[in-house]
Amino acid sequence: MTAREDTGVRAWGRVHRGRHLVADPAARPDIAAAAHATAAAGGTTLARGLGRSYGDSGLNLGGGLVRMAGVDRLIAFDRERGLLRADAGVSLDALLRVTVPSGWFLPVTPGTKFVTLGGAVANDVHGKNHHLAGTFGRHVTRLGLWRSDRGDGGGELVCSAEENADLFALTVGGLGLTGLITWVEFRLERIASSDLDVENIQVDDLDAFFDMAEPSADWPFTVAWVDTLARGDGLGRGIFSRARWGDGGGLKAHRGGGPRMPVDAPGGLLNSVTVGAFNRLYRSRPGARFHGRQHYDPFFYPLDRLRDWNRMYGPRGFYQWQCVVPTDGMREATRTLLDTVAASGDASFLAVLKTFGEVPSPGVLSFPMAGATLALDFANRGQDTLSLLARLDRVVAEAGGRLYPAKDGRLPQAMFRAGYPRWTDLEAARDPILMSSFWRRMI
Amino acid sequence: MAAKSRILVLGATSAIAERWCRLRAAAGDSLLLVARDGDRLAAIADDLKARGAGDVQTATEDLADTDGADGRFSGWVQNLGGVDIVLLAYGTLGDQQEAQRDTAALLKGMQANFTSAVVWCELAGRALDLAGAGTLVAISSVAGDRGRRTNYAYGAAKAGLSTYLEGMSHRFAGTGVTVICVKPGFVATPMTAQIDGRDGALWATPDQVAQDIQKAVEKRKPEIYTRWFWRFVMLIIRHLPRPIFNRLKI
Repeated sequence: MTAREDTGVRAWGRVHRGRHLVADPAARPDIAAAAHATAAAGGTTLARGLGRSYGDSGLNLGGGLVRMAGVDRLIAFDRERGLLRADAGVSLDALLRVTVPSGWFLPVTPGTKFVTLGGAVANDVHGKNHHLAGTFGRHVTRLGLWRSDRGDGGGELVCSAEENADLFALTVGGLGLTGLITWVEFRLERIASSDLDVENIQVDDLDAFFDMAEPSADWPFTVAWVDTLARGDGLGRGIFSRARWGDGGGLKAHRGGGPRMPVDAPGGLLNSVTVGAFNRLYRSRPGARFHGRQHYDPFFYPLDRLRDWNRMYGPRGFYQWQCVVPTDGMREATRTLLDTVAASGDASFLAVLKTFGEVPSPGVLSFPMAGATLALDFANRGQDTLSLLARLDRVVAEAGGRLYPAKDGRLPQAMFRAGYPRWTDLEAARDPILMSSFWRRMI
Repeated sequence: MAAKSRILVLGATSAIAERWCRLRAAAGDSLLLVARDGDRLAAIADDLKARGAGDVQTATEDLADTDGADGRFSGWVQNLGGVDIVLLAYGTLGDQQEAQRDTAALLKGMQANFTSAVVWCELAGRALDLAGAGTLVAISSVAGDRGRRTNYAYGAAKAGLSTYLEGMSHRFAGTGVTVICVKPGFVATPMTAQIDGRDGALWATPDQVAQDIQKAVEKRKPEIYTRWFWRFVMLIIRHLPRPIFNRLKI
């Protein structure tokens, strides 16, 4: 296998882009050759899935990239026990089409189904059920990890809580640096229906959100959309959404297709005026008070409906930013964060607020912790955007929180190291041929 | 969904074949997969089983080799317990320059893309004729529509295959047997990995091609271009006057 040059590889936020030396293995046995070829051509290499990491953690600018999306076979699916083993390049989208008709769902799902299993593990993704189910990594029973320094010319080892436990703990949330994840085995969740019983409730301010989140903790799925332009008494107003799996209506997998964003939107399309108008409409639409049945696809993956939605932010791209602040002081910290955004006059189109629970992750560098998480995104307006994000960073640092590498294109080194004190363990366990643009900035 | 089918796949490790098999696996069909690479075949078989296929068998064989073809083919059909659909999907792009220099390479390409392919098609025709119903789908190429300097060895073999399938389709017209000639344009598969610009507008994914094939099987179409616009692209290319055509570096 030979590495080819690709000058157009971008992160999902589209701020970071550039030249890589890529290889596309078509099956698991090709991964080793692809790793060697790309590392030889680029000095180091990194696995890439479907490219949904927003910042530079999924890039290795100037270096190698092993694109894993072609390594996408299922290995075994035990429909009785709900145990599934599959290649790391399989997308959650493809998995759901197989598992839903037989009554199984992902134990934890992020807000898009266009991520690979390997990416879900490497970023230890979380979902709307974090307060009960924890992160994705908690449901992983075993995984295959190819390391360049194993045996002669590299080799695969099996990692789990029992076997190679240290490496397993560093691989879950390890940003793909401990080796190339080749396959993943995990437990699915039993569902009786592909529909959820959903309640959307308008909340008028931040206290109302937290007052709603606490008694809703027995709902497996909770999340809130926040209108970041609201200030003063209305700060934190939004729509609180909670759901649980239904018990009727059949087991129907989602369908494919949907429109695609064909071109970049003009820069500046998403500004405080358009977002403000959208927010007013969004809050007052009938769905804002919806109580009823909803299929999992619109509930979990509303953004998947418009393919390449990231082009909405125009040619300069955007920054996503997601923090978590610990339970102690989370109300004050969240208020300060929203105040900071509102005062900046910059609007976040997608603002999502959720409380995380206590369920621990096996991952050493996993992002979630008990507390409140806030995800924002901002069109890239250069220095203005970066200084707003720096102000938000300071609030998080003071509250003892941390940021999510998968969502961040400029996470400062000091902020990362403070949030993830065991980063040195990951650096010590890193496969010597693996590297990312993100990690280069952190070490 | 209709009754479960018994499917023989010749060249099952091809990206297009594999993607189509995934569609069939989801419907619970049984498959017998033939290809040279036994390890990859085993991985594909596991995948199809996990996706819900009925019985999945494999046979590790070189399909370009037609020695004992009759016996081998009836063995596969027997193992499947009869056959409803045969997909022929193997082939090699080859290197035009090499075919011009090296007679052995030229013959090898013809053996893989034409001679062996029509042998298996004819055997499939016999089996389906005997059963009185069924479908043969073979993957040819738009390259067979007009000889071009960059790939006429491959193109001629595929043109021969297309004509063979056209004849078979004529022969079985009005019977329960359907013969389908699939003409893909550019498809991003391992076979085309060395070609640059694979994200261009003319390129299709193997999944898209597989879905087009599935539609053709359901609608019993004798010939499809995939993606559909290739029918018009090739219509133009076929009708370009020779003086203009000769100036094109295609």
